[in-house]
Amino acid sequence: MIERALDVSTDRLGALLRELTPQVLGTVVRRFHDFAAAEDAVQEASLAAAIQWPSEGIPDNPRAWLTHVAFRRMVDNIRSEAARRRREGEVAVEVSYTPESFIETVSQEDDTLVLLFMCCHPALSTASAIALTLRAVGGLTTAEIAHAFLVPEPTMAQRISRAKQSIKNSGIPFQLPTPDERAQRLRAVLHVLYLIFNEGYTSSAGPELRRGDLSHEAIRLARIVRNLQPDDTEVAGLLALVLLTDARRLARTSAEGELISLSQQDRTLWDKQQIAEGLALISATLPRGSVGPYQLQAAIAAVHDEAERAGDTDWPQILALYDLLRRMSDNPMVRLNHAIAAAMVHGAAEGLKLLDGLKGDARLANHHRMDAVRAHLLELAGDIKSAIRHFRSAAGKTGSLPERNYLLTQAARLSAIKKE
Amino acid sequence: MKYMLMMNATKDVFEWYSKWPKEDLQANFAFMRNFNKELTDSGVLVATAGLAWPDQAVIVRAGTDGTPITDGVFPESKEFLAGYWIVDVESAEEAYRIAARASLAPAPKGTPGTMPLEVRQVMSGPPEDLQ
Repeated sequence: MIERALDVSTDRLGALLRELTPQVLGTVVRRFHDFAAAEDAVQEASLAAAIQWPSEGIPDNPRAWLTHVAFRRMVDNIRSEAARRRREGEVAVEVSYTPESFIETVSQEDDTLVLLFMCCHPALSTASAIALTLRAVGGLTTAEIAHAFLVPEPTMAQRISRAKQSIKNSGIPFQLPTPDERAQRLRAVLHVLYLIFNEGYTSSAGPELRRGDLSHEAIRLARIVRNLQPDDTEVAGLLALVLLTDARRLARTSAEGELISLSQQDRTLWDKQQIAEGLALISATLPRGSVGPYQLQAAIAAVHDEAERAGDTDWPQILALYDLLRRMSDNPMVRLNHAIAAAMVHGAAEGLKLLDGLKGDARLANHHRMDAVRAHLLELAGDIKSAIRHFRSAAGKTGSLPERNYLLTQAARLSAIKKE
Repeated sequence: MKYMLMMNATKDVFEWYSKWPKEDLQANFAFMRNFNKELTDSGVLVATAGLAWPDQAVIVRAGTDGTPITDGVFPESKEFLAGYWIVDVESAEEAYRIAARASLAPAPKGTPGTMPLEVRQVMSGPPEDLQ
Protein backbone atom coordinates (compact mmCIF):
# COMPACT_ATOMS: atom_id res chain seq x y z
CA MET A 1 0.00 0.00 0.00
CA ILE A 2 2.80 2.37 0.93
CA GLU A 3 4.66 1.51 -2.24
CA ARG A 4 1.58 2.24 -4.21
CA ALA A 5 1.01 5.54 -2.45
CA LEU A 6 4.52 6.65 -3.31
CA ASP A 7 3.72 5.85 -6.90
CA VAL A 8 1.10 8.59 -7.15
CA SER A 9 2.91 11.54 -8.67
CA THR A 10 1.17 14.88 -8.72
CA ASP A 11 1.30 14.99 -12.50
CA ARG A 12 -0.21 11.56 -12.89
CA LEU A 13 -2.91 12.30 -10.36
CA GLY A 14 -3.75 15.62 -12.04
CA ALA A 15 -3.95 13.98 -15.45
CA LEU A 16 -6.17 11.19 -14.16
CA LEU A 17 -8.55 13.59 -12.42
CA ARG A 18 -8.78 15.79 -15.51
CA GLU A 19 -9.57 12.79 -17.67
CA LEU A 20 -12.24 11.46 -15.32
CA THR A 21 -13.97 14.75 -14.51
CA PRO A 22 -16.27 15.00 -17.56
CA GLN A 23 -17.13 11.30 -17.34
CA VAL A 24 -18.11 11.51 -13.68
CA LEU A 25 -19.92 14.80 -14.18
CA GLY A 26 -21.97 13.34 -17.02
CA THR A 27 -23.10 10.48 -14.80
CA VAL A 28 -24.04 12.79 -11.92
CA VAL A 29 -25.96 15.21 -14.13
CA ARG A 30 -27.89 12.33 -15.68
CA ARG A 31 -28.91 11.08 -12.27
CA PHE A 32 -29.79 14.38 -10.58
CA HIS A 33 -30.73 16.66 -13.51
CA ASP A 34 -29.01 19.63 -11.91
CA PHE A 35 -25.89 20.64 -13.80
CA ALA A 36 -24.88 23.47 -11.46
CA ALA A 37 -25.05 21.39 -8.28
CA ALA A 38 -23.52 18.36 -9.99
CA GLU A 39 -20.58 20.41 -11.18
CA ASP A 40 -19.92 21.62 -7.63
CA ALA A 41 -20.21 18.08 -6.27
CA VAL A 42 -17.74 16.71 -8.83
CA GLN A 43 -15.29 19.50 -8.11
CA GLU A 44 -15.53 18.65 -4.40
CA ALA A 45 -15.02 14.97 -5.13
CA SER A 46 -11.93 15.83 -7.20
CA LEU A 47 -10.51 17.94 -4.40
CA ALA A 48 -11.14 15.10 -1.93
CA ALA A 49 -9.32 12.72 -4.28
CA ALA A 50 -6.40 15.12 -4.62
CA ILE A 51 -6.05 15.10 -0.84
CA GLN A 52 -6.69 11.38 -0.14
CA TRP A 53 -5.19 9.51 -3.07
CA PRO A 54 -1.57 10.59 -2.61
CA SER A 55 -1.52 9.06 0.88
CA GLU A 56 -3.97 6.18 0.39
CA GLY A 57 -3.16 5.25 -3.19
CA ILE A 58 -5.35 5.46 -6.27
CA PRO A 59 -8.44 3.25 -5.82
CA ASP A 60 -8.94 0.27 -8.13
CA ASN A 61 -11.82 2.00 -9.86
CA PRO A 62 -11.12 5.72 -9.54
CA ARG A 63 -14.15 6.72 -11.60
CA ALA A 64 -16.51 4.79 -9.34
CA TRP A 65 -14.81 6.33 -6.29
CA LEU A 66 -15.30 9.87 -7.63
CA THR A 67 -18.86 9.15 -8.72
CA HIS A 68 -19.67 7.71 -5.33
CA VAL A 69 -18.30 10.75 -3.46
CA ALA A 70 -20.06 13.17 -5.80
CA PHE A 71 -23.36 11.26 -5.43
CA ARG A 72 -23.01 11.39 -1.65
CA ARG A 73 -22.47 15.17 -1.80
CA MET A 74 -25.54 15.57 -3.98
CA VAL A 75 -27.65 13.48 -1.63
CA ASP A 76 -26.36 15.36 1.42
CA ASN A 77 -27.33 18.61 -0.22
CA ILE A 78 -30.75 17.35 -1.20
CA ARG A 79 -31.34 15.96 2.30
CA SER A 80 -30.44 19.19 4.00
CA GLU A 81 -32.66 21.01 1.55
CA ALA A 82 -35.46 18.52 2.35
CA ALA A 83 -34.88 19.02 6.09
CA ARG A 84 -35.18 22.75 5.60
CA ARG A 85 -38.43 22.28 3.76
CA ARG A 86 -39.78 19.98 6.50
CA ARG A 87 -38.94 22.58 9.10
CA GLU A 88 -40.82 25.05 7.00
CA GLY A 89 -43.81 22.73 6.81
CA GLU A 90 -43.36 21.51 3.26
CA VAL A 91 -43.80 17.92 2.19
CA ALA A 92 -40.85 15.71 2.92
CA VAL A 93 -38.93 14.32 -0.03
CA GLU A 94 -37.48 10.82 0.21
CA VAL A 95 -34.05 10.55 -1.21
CA SER A 96 -32.24 7.43 -2.19
CA TYR A 97 -29.45 6.69 -4.59
CA THR A 98 -27.69 3.79 -6.14
CA PRO A 99 -24.62 4.95 -7.98
CA GLU A 100 -23.80 1.54 -9.42
CA SER A 101 -26.94 1.44 -11.50
CA PHE A 102 -26.02 4.67 -13.21
CA ILE A 103 -22.47 3.87 -14.07
CA GLU A 104 -21.90 2.34 -17.51
CA THR A 105 -25.52 2.78 -18.56
CA VAL A 106 -24.75 5.50 -21.06
CA SER A 107 -21.80 6.13 -23.28
CA GLN A 108 -19.18 8.23 -21.50
CA GLU A 109 -18.21 9.74 -24.84
CA ASP A 110 -21.70 11.10 -25.40
CA ASP A 111 -21.67 12.66 -21.94
CA THR A 112 -18.44 14.49 -22.59
CA LEU A 113 -19.81 15.81 -25.86
CA VAL A 114 -23.06 16.96 -24.22
CA LEU A 115 -21.03 18.71 -21.52
CA LEU A 116 -18.97 20.51 -24.14
CA PHE A 117 -22.09 21.67 -25.93
CA MET A 118 -23.56 22.95 -22.65
CA CYS A 119 -20.41 24.78 -21.55
CA CYS A 120 -20.04 26.45 -24.94
CA HIS A 121 -23.69 27.37 -25.27
CA PRO A 122 -24.20 30.58 -27.26
CA ALA A 123 -26.24 32.00 -24.34
CA LEU A 124 -23.02 32.31 -22.33
CA SER A 125 -20.48 35.10 -22.65
CA THR A 126 -17.18 33.95 -24.16
CA ALA A 127 -15.29 34.43 -20.89
CA SER A 128 -17.90 32.34 -19.05
CA ALA A 129 -17.87 29.59 -21.65
CA ILE A 130 -14.08 29.37 -21.48
CA ALA A 131 -14.01 29.19 -17.67
CA LEU A 132 -16.82 26.64 -17.51
CA THR A 133 -15.31 24.45 -20.23
CA LEU A 134 -11.95 24.37 -18.46
CA ARG A 135 -13.61 23.38 -15.20
CA ALA A 136 -16.40 21.01 -16.23
CA VAL A 137 -14.71 19.32 -19.20
CA GLY A 138 -11.04 20.12 -18.58
CA GLY A 139 -11.23 19.19 -14.91
CA LEU A 140 -9.14 22.18 -13.82
CA THR A 141 -9.77 23.65 -10.38
CA THR A 142 -11.12 27.16 -10.00
CA ALA A 143 -7.75 28.18 -8.54
CA GLU A 144 -5.90 26.87 -11.60
CA ILE A 145 -8.22 28.68 -14.01
CA ALA A 146 -7.99 31.90 -11.99
CA HIS A 147 -4.21 31.65 -12.05
CA ALA A 148 -4.13 31.09 -15.80
CA PHE A 149 -6.26 34.18 -16.46
CA LEU A 150 -4.52 36.30 -13.80
CA VAL A 151 -7.69 37.05 -11.88
CA PRO A 152 -8.37 36.51 -8.17
CA GLU A 153 -9.88 33.13 -7.32
CA PRO A 154 -13.19 34.55 -5.92
CA THR A 155 -13.66 36.44 -9.20
CA MET A 156 -13.25 33.26 -11.22
CA ALA A 157 -15.48 31.32 -8.81
CA GLN A 158 -18.17 33.92 -9.30
CA ARG A 159 -17.77 33.87 -13.08
CA ILE A 160 -18.23 30.10 -13.11
CA SER A 161 -21.15 30.26 -10.72
CA ARG A 162 -22.93 32.86 -12.84
CA ALA A 163 -22.31 30.83 -15.97
CA LYS A 164 -23.96 27.83 -14.35
CA GLN A 165 -26.87 30.00 -13.25
CA SER A 166 -27.31 31.14 -16.86
CA ILE A 167 -27.44 27.52 -17.98
CA LYS A 168 -30.00 26.75 -15.30
CA ASN A 169 -32.14 29.76 -16.24
CA SER A 170 -31.97 28.97 -19.94
CA GLY A 171 -33.45 25.51 -19.31
CA ILE A 172 -30.97 23.87 -21.67
CA PRO A 173 -31.64 20.14 -21.34
CA PHE A 174 -28.73 17.76 -20.73
CA GLN A 175 -28.81 16.12 -24.11
CA LEU A 176 -27.19 16.38 -27.51
CA PRO A 177 -28.45 19.25 -29.68
CA THR A 178 -30.86 18.38 -32.46
CA PRO A 179 -29.25 17.47 -35.79
CA ASP A 180 -30.31 20.90 -37.13
CA GLU A 181 -28.46 22.73 -34.40
CA ARG A 182 -25.56 20.41 -34.13
CA ALA A 183 -23.20 21.85 -36.73
CA GLN A 184 -23.63 25.37 -35.45
CA ARG A 185 -23.19 24.32 -31.82
CA LEU A 186 -20.06 22.39 -32.70
CA ARG A 187 -18.64 25.58 -34.27
CA ALA A 188 -19.21 27.31 -30.91
CA VAL A 189 -17.30 24.54 -29.12
CA LEU A 190 -14.39 24.83 -31.57
CA HIS A 191 -14.35 28.60 -31.16
CA VAL A 192 -14.06 28.31 -27.39
CA LEU A 193 -11.21 25.79 -27.70
CA TYR A 194 -9.47 28.06 -30.20
CA LEU A 195 -9.76 31.00 -27.78
CA ILE A 196 -8.35 28.91 -24.92
CA PHE A 197 -5.42 27.97 -27.14
CA ASN A 198 -4.83 31.57 -28.17
CA GLU A 199 -5.02 32.82 -24.62
CA GLY A 200 -2.24 30.41 -23.76
CA TYR A 201 -0.23 31.05 -26.90
CA THR A 202 -0.36 34.83 -27.14
CA SER A 203 -1.57 35.87 -23.66
CA SER A 204 -3.86 38.82 -24.21
CA ALA A 205 -2.97 40.15 -20.77
CA GLY A 206 0.01 40.22 -18.48
CA PRO A 207 3.75 40.20 -18.84
CA GLU A 208 4.20 36.55 -19.85
CA LEU A 209 4.00 35.90 -23.56
CA ARG A 210 2.97 32.31 -23.29
CA ARG A 211 0.97 30.58 -20.61
CA GLY A 212 1.70 27.12 -21.87
CA ASP A 213 -0.73 25.32 -19.63
CA LEU A 214 -3.72 26.78 -21.43
CA SER A 215 -2.36 25.90 -24.88
CA HIS A 216 -1.62 22.43 -23.68
CA GLU A 217 -5.11 22.13 -22.23
CA ALA A 218 -6.70 23.38 -25.47
CA ILE A 219 -4.76 20.76 -27.44
CA ARG A 220 -5.88 18.03 -25.03
CA LEU A 221 -9.53 19.14 -25.32
CA ALA A 222 -9.25 19.35 -29.12
CA ARG A 223 -7.99 15.75 -29.12
CA ILE A 224 -11.00 14.71 -27.05
CA VAL A 225 -13.39 16.39 -29.48
CA ARG A 226 -11.55 14.81 -32.38
CA ASN A 227 -12.03 11.36 -30.82
CA LEU A 228 -15.71 12.11 -30.31
CA GLN A 229 -16.26 13.52 -33.81
CA PRO A 230 -13.70 11.79 -36.02
CA ASP A 231 -15.60 12.55 -39.22
CA ASP A 232 -15.87 16.30 -38.79
CA THR A 233 -13.29 17.99 -41.00
CA GLU A 234 -13.27 21.28 -39.07
CA VAL A 235 -12.60 19.47 -35.79
CA ALA A 236 -9.61 17.86 -37.49
CA GLY A 237 -8.70 21.29 -38.88
CA LEU A 238 -8.70 22.88 -35.44
CA LEU A 239 -6.57 20.13 -33.93
CA ALA A 240 -4.10 20.38 -36.82
CA LEU A 241 -4.01 24.18 -36.46
CA VAL A 242 -3.21 24.16 -32.76
CA LEU A 243 -0.60 21.42 -33.19
CA LEU A 244 1.13 23.20 -36.07
CA THR A 245 1.09 26.55 -34.30
CA ASP A 246 2.13 25.29 -30.89
CA ALA A 247 5.03 23.40 -32.53
CA ARG A 248 6.86 26.74 -32.80
CA ARG A 249 6.51 27.60 -29.12
CA LEU A 250 10.18 27.26 -28.15
CA ALA A 251 11.35 29.42 -31.03
CA ARG A 252 8.84 32.20 -30.42
CA THR A 253 10.64 33.81 -27.50
CA SER A 254 14.27 34.44 -26.65
CA ALA A 255 15.84 33.26 -23.41
CA GLU A 256 15.05 36.74 -22.07
CA GLY A 257 11.38 36.34 -22.92
CA GLU A 258 11.45 38.63 -25.95
CA LEU A 259 9.14 37.94 -28.87
CA ILE A 260 10.75 36.62 -32.06
CA SER A 261 8.89 37.03 -35.36
CA LEU A 262 8.26 34.00 -37.57
CA SER A 263 10.86 35.07 -40.13
CA GLN A 264 13.58 35.38 -37.44
CA GLN A 265 12.87 32.17 -35.53
CA ASP A 266 15.46 29.42 -35.12
CA ARG A 267 13.53 26.71 -36.93
CA THR A 268 15.66 23.92 -35.51
CA LEU A 269 13.79 24.58 -32.25
CA TRP A 270 10.43 23.74 -33.81
CA ASP A 271 8.78 20.56 -32.54
CA LYS A 272 9.27 18.18 -35.49
CA GLN A 273 7.07 15.46 -34.08
CA GLN A 274 4.15 17.80 -33.51
CA ILE A 275 4.59 19.27 -37.00
CA ALA A 276 4.54 15.76 -38.47
CA GLU A 277 1.34 14.95 -36.61
CA GLY A 278 -0.32 18.21 -37.69
CA LEU A 279 0.79 17.77 -41.30
CA ALA A 280 -0.50 14.21 -41.48
CA LEU A 281 -3.81 15.29 -40.02
CA ILE A 282 -4.40 18.26 -42.32
CA SER A 283 -3.16 16.35 -45.38
CA ALA A 284 -5.65 13.57 -44.68
CA THR A 285 -8.47 16.03 -44.01
CA LEU A 286 -8.29 18.58 -46.84
CA PRO A 287 -9.02 16.11 -49.67
CA ARG A 288 -12.26 15.10 -47.97
CA GLY A 289 -13.91 18.17 -49.40
CA SER A 290 -15.75 20.07 -46.72
CA VAL A 291 -13.15 22.81 -46.29
CA GLY A 292 -13.66 25.38 -43.54
CA PRO A 293 -11.71 28.21 -41.90
CA TYR A 294 -9.85 26.04 -39.37
CA GLN A 295 -8.60 23.72 -42.10
CA LEU A 296 -7.43 26.67 -44.16
CA GLN A 297 -5.62 28.21 -41.20
CA ALA A 298 -4.06 24.83 -40.46
CA ALA A 299 -2.98 24.57 -44.11
CA ILE A 300 -1.34 28.01 -43.87
CA ALA A 301 0.43 27.03 -40.64
CA ALA A 302 1.55 23.83 -42.40
CA VAL A 303 3.09 25.75 -45.32
CA HIS A 304 5.06 27.90 -42.84
CA ASP A 305 6.13 24.85 -40.85
CA GLU A 306 7.32 23.02 -43.96
CA ALA A 307 9.82 25.75 -44.87
CA GLU A 308 13.25 24.95 -43.49
CA ARG A 309 14.29 28.58 -43.80
CA ALA A 310 12.06 31.66 -43.85
CA GLY A 311 13.26 32.31 -47.41
CA ASP A 312 11.94 28.92 -48.54
CA THR A 313 8.35 29.80 -47.58
CA ASP A 314 5.88 29.08 -50.37
CA TRP A 315 4.19 32.50 -50.27
CA PRO A 316 2.12 32.02 -53.46
CA GLN A 317 0.46 29.04 -51.82
CA ILE A 318 -0.13 30.99 -48.60
CA LEU A 319 -1.63 33.84 -50.61
CA ALA A 320 -3.97 31.43 -52.39
CA LEU A 321 -5.07 30.00 -49.04
CA TYR A 322 -5.68 33.48 -47.57
CA ASP A 323 -7.70 34.31 -50.70
CA LEU A 324 -9.98 31.38 -49.94
CA LEU A 325 -10.12 32.23 -46.25
CA ARG A 326 -10.92 35.86 -46.97
CA ARG A 327 -13.92 34.81 -49.03
CA MET A 328 -15.09 32.51 -46.26
CA SER A 329 -14.87 34.82 -43.26
CA ASP A 330 -15.13 38.54 -42.67
CA ASN A 331 -12.33 38.56 -40.09
CA PRO A 332 -10.21 41.74 -40.28
CA MET A 333 -7.12 39.88 -39.05
CA VAL A 334 -7.45 37.55 -42.04
CA ARG A 335 -7.46 40.60 -44.31
CA LEU A 336 -4.31 41.95 -42.67
CA ASN A 337 -2.55 38.61 -43.09
CA HIS A 338 -3.76 38.44 -46.67
CA ALA A 339 -2.12 41.83 -47.30
CA ILE A 340 1.17 40.52 -45.90
CA ALA A 341 1.03 37.44 -48.13
CA ALA A 342 0.23 39.62 -51.15
CA ALA A 343 3.24 41.81 -50.32
CA MET A 344 5.49 38.76 -50.14
CA VAL A 345 4.32 37.56 -53.57
CA HIS A 346 3.70 40.78 -55.51
CA GLY A 347 5.82 43.29 -53.60
CA ALA A 348 5.29 45.71 -50.74
CA ALA A 349 3.34 48.22 -52.87
CA GLU A 350 0.60 45.64 -53.48
CA GLY A 351 0.35 44.90 -49.75
CA LEU A 352 0.19 48.58 -48.84
CA LYS A 353 -2.53 49.11 -51.44
CA LEU A 354 -4.59 46.36 -49.80
CA LEU A 355 -4.05 47.96 -46.38
CA ASP A 356 -5.35 51.27 -47.73
CA GLY A 357 -8.48 49.41 -48.74
CA LEU A 358 -8.99 48.39 -45.09
CA LYS A 359 -8.93 51.94 -43.76
CA GLY A 360 -12.72 52.10 -43.58
CA ASP A 361 -12.96 49.02 -41.36
CA ALA A 362 -13.91 50.36 -37.91
CA ARG A 363 -12.63 47.16 -36.27
CA LEU A 364 -9.11 47.99 -37.45
CA ALA A 365 -9.16 51.78 -37.17
CA ASN A 366 -7.44 51.91 -33.80
CA HIS A 367 -5.96 48.43 -33.77
CA HIS A 368 -2.23 48.11 -33.19
CA ARG A 369 -1.96 45.27 -35.74
CA MET A 370 -2.91 47.66 -38.54
CA ASP A 371 0.05 49.91 -37.66
CA ALA A 372 2.37 46.96 -37.07
CA VAL A 373 1.63 45.37 -40.46
CA ARG A 374 1.94 48.72 -42.20
CA ALA A 375 5.28 49.26 -40.50
CA HIS A 376 6.58 45.89 -41.73
CA LEU A 377 5.43 46.56 -45.29
CA LEU A 378 6.86 50.10 -45.26
CA GLU A 379 10.20 48.65 -44.17
CA LEU A 380 9.94 46.13 -47.01
CA ALA A 381 9.26 49.04 -49.38
CA GLY A 382 12.34 50.89 -48.08
CA ASP A 383 10.42 53.74 -46.45
CA ILE A 384 12.31 53.47 -43.16
CA LYS A 385 11.17 56.78 -41.71
CA SER A 386 7.47 55.94 -42.05
CA ALA A 387 8.09 52.38 -40.84
CA ILE A 388 9.61 53.73 -37.61
CA ARG A 389 6.63 56.02 -37.09
CA HIS A 390 4.16 53.15 -37.50
CA PHE A 391 6.12 50.75 -35.28
CA ARG A 392 6.00 53.39 -32.53
CA SER A 393 2.34 54.06 -33.15
CA ALA A 394 1.62 50.32 -32.85
CA ALA A 395 3.63 50.19 -29.60
CA GLY A 396 1.41 52.90 -28.16
CA LYS A 397 -1.72 50.90 -28.90
CA THR A 398 -0.92 47.30 -27.99
CA GLY A 399 -2.13 45.77 -24.75
CA SER A 400 0.65 43.18 -24.62
CA LEU A 401 3.91 44.05 -22.89
CA PRO A 402 6.12 41.59 -24.83
CA GLU A 403 4.58 42.85 -28.06
CA ARG A 404 5.18 46.49 -27.08
CA ASN A 405 8.80 45.68 -26.29
CA TYR A 406 9.10 43.93 -29.67
CA LEU A 407 7.60 46.87 -31.57
CA LEU A 408 9.80 49.43 -29.80
CA THR A 409 12.84 47.28 -30.54
CA GLN A 410 11.91 47.19 -34.24
CA ALA A 411 11.61 51.00 -34.28
CA ALA A 412 14.97 51.31 -32.51
CA ARG A 413 16.60 48.85 -34.95
CA LEU A 414 15.42 50.92 -37.94
CA SER A 415 16.48 54.19 -36.28
CA ALA A 416 19.99 52.79 -35.97
CA ILE A 417 20.02 51.82 -39.68
CA LYS A 418 18.88 55.29 -40.68
CA LYS A 419 21.66 56.98 -38.75
CA GLU A 420 24.41 54.82 -40.24
CA MET B 1 1.60 46.59 5.34
CA LYS B 2 0.96 46.94 1.67
CA TYR B 3 2.27 49.78 -0.44
CA MET B 4 1.64 50.70 -4.02
CA LEU B 5 4.63 51.96 -6.00
CA MET B 6 3.50 53.92 -9.01
CA MET B 7 5.38 55.00 -12.11
CA ASN B 8 3.81 58.16 -13.49
CA ALA B 9 4.85 60.02 -16.60
CA THR B 10 3.70 62.76 -18.94
CA LYS B 11 3.15 62.05 -22.62
CA ASP B 12 6.54 63.62 -23.37
CA VAL B 13 8.25 60.98 -21.28
CA PHE B 14 6.41 58.14 -23.05
CA GLU B 15 7.47 59.61 -26.39
CA TRP B 16 11.06 60.04 -25.22
CA TYR B 17 11.17 56.42 -24.07
CA SER B 18 9.84 55.13 -27.39
CA LYS B 19 12.88 56.69 -29.09
CA TRP B 20 15.57 55.07 -26.97
CA PRO B 21 18.24 53.10 -28.85
CA LYS B 22 17.80 49.34 -29.02
CA GLU B 23 20.49 48.45 -26.45
CA ASP B 24 19.10 50.93 -23.94
CA LEU B 25 15.57 49.58 -24.40
CA GLN B 26 16.80 46.04 -23.92
CA ALA B 27 18.75 47.00 -20.79
CA ASN B 28 15.57 48.53 -19.43
CA PHE B 29 13.45 45.46 -20.28
CA ALA B 30 16.04 43.24 -18.59
CA PHE B 31 16.14 45.41 -15.48
CA MET B 32 12.36 45.24 -15.08
CA ARG B 33 12.31 41.49 -15.65
CA ASN B 34 15.00 40.87 -13.02
CA PHE B 35 13.50 43.35 -10.60
CA ASN B 36 10.09 41.63 -10.79
CA LYS B 37 11.71 38.25 -10.34
CA GLU B 38 13.61 39.43 -7.27
CA LEU B 39 10.45 40.87 -5.73
CA THR B 40 8.63 37.59 -6.39
CA ASP B 41 11.47 35.46 -5.06
CA SER B 42 11.81 37.52 -1.88
CA GLY B 43 8.10 37.02 -1.17
CA VAL B 44 7.05 40.68 -1.07
CA LEU B 45 5.34 41.04 -4.45
CA VAL B 46 1.53 41.16 -4.28
CA ALA B 47 0.82 42.40 -7.79
CA THR B 48 2.42 44.28 -10.63
CA ALA B 49 1.23 45.46 -13.98
CA GLY B 50 2.33 47.69 -16.78
CA LEU B 51 -0.41 49.71 -18.42
CA ALA B 52 -0.94 50.18 -22.12
CA TRP B 53 0.23 53.62 -23.15
CA PRO B 54 -2.03 56.64 -22.82
CA ASP B 55 -2.59 56.97 -26.59
CA GLN B 56 -6.11 55.71 -26.21
CA ALA B 57 -6.74 56.70 -22.59
CA VAL B 58 -10.09 58.34 -21.98
CA ILE B 59 -11.72 60.06 -19.05
CA VAL B 60 -15.24 58.76 -18.45
CA ARG B 61 -18.09 60.42 -16.61
CA ALA B 62 -21.74 59.48 -16.44
CA GLY B 63 -24.07 61.76 -18.36
CA THR B 64 -27.44 62.80 -16.92
CA ASP B 65 -29.00 59.54 -18.15
CA GLY B 66 -26.15 57.45 -16.75
CA THR B 67 -24.57 56.63 -20.10
CA PRO B 68 -20.81 57.11 -20.39
CA ILE B 69 -19.42 60.38 -21.71
CA THR B 70 -15.81 60.01 -22.74
CA ASP B 71 -13.23 62.71 -22.98
CA GLY B 72 -9.88 62.09 -24.62
CA VAL B 73 -8.18 65.46 -24.77
CA PHE B 74 -5.67 66.07 -22.00
CA PRO B 75 -3.27 68.92 -21.23
CA GLU B 76 0.35 68.05 -22.07
CA SER B 77 1.30 68.39 -18.41
CA LYS B 78 -1.05 65.61 -17.29
CA GLU B 79 0.69 62.60 -15.74
CA PHE B 80 -0.41 59.09 -16.63
CA LEU B 81 0.10 55.92 -14.66
CA ALA B 82 2.55 53.76 -16.62
CA GLY B 83 2.67 50.81 -14.25
CA TYR B 84 2.68 49.81 -10.61
CA TRP B 85 3.88 47.31 -8.03
CA ILE B 86 2.05 46.41 -4.84
CA VAL B 87 4.45 45.06 -2.20
CA ASP B 88 3.71 43.59 1.22
CA VAL B 89 6.46 44.75 3.59
CA GLU B 90 7.14 45.38 7.30
CA SER B 91 7.53 49.13 7.12
CA ALA B 92 7.20 52.20 4.98
CA GLU B 93 11.01 52.42 4.91
CA GLU B 94 11.22 49.00 3.24
CA ALA B 95 8.73 50.14 0.61
CA TYR B 96 10.85 53.26 0.02
CA ARG B 97 13.97 51.14 -0.41
CA ILE B 98 12.20 49.02 -3.03
CA ALA B 99 10.93 52.15 -4.77
CA ALA B 100 14.46 53.57 -4.81
CA ARG B 101 15.69 50.40 -6.52
CA ALA B 102 12.95 50.67 -9.14
CA SER B 103 14.01 54.27 -9.65
CA LEU B 104 17.46 53.04 -10.71
CA ALA B 105 16.04 51.43 -13.88
CA PRO B 106 18.65 52.30 -16.50
CA ALA B 107 18.18 55.20 -18.89
CA PRO B 108 20.04 55.68 -22.21
CA LYS B 109 23.84 55.67 -22.32
CA GLY B 110 24.06 53.24 -19.42
CA THR B 111 23.28 55.86 -16.79
CA PRO B 112 21.04 54.83 -13.94
CA GLY B 113 17.75 56.63 -14.28
CA THR B 114 16.09 58.67 -11.60
CA MET B 115 12.54 57.73 -12.44
CA PRO B 116 10.23 59.11 -9.74
CA LEU B 117 8.01 56.60 -7.93
CA GLU B 118 4.93 57.60 -6.01
CA VAL B 119 4.56 55.43 -2.88
CA ARG B 120 1.17 55.11 -1.19
CA GLN B 121 -0.08 52.77 1.50
CA VAL B 122 -2.82 50.38 0.36
CA MET B 123 -5.64 50.37 2.87
CA SER B 124 -6.41 46.98 4.33
CA GLY B 125 -7.83 45.43 7.51
CA PRO B 126 -8.91 47.11 10.73
CA PRO B 127 -6.73 49.72 12.44
CA GLU B 128 -4.31 48.05 14.86
CA ASP B 129 -5.38 49.98 17.96
CA LEU B 130 -9.09 49.21 17.69
CA GLN B 131 -9.43 45.73 19.14
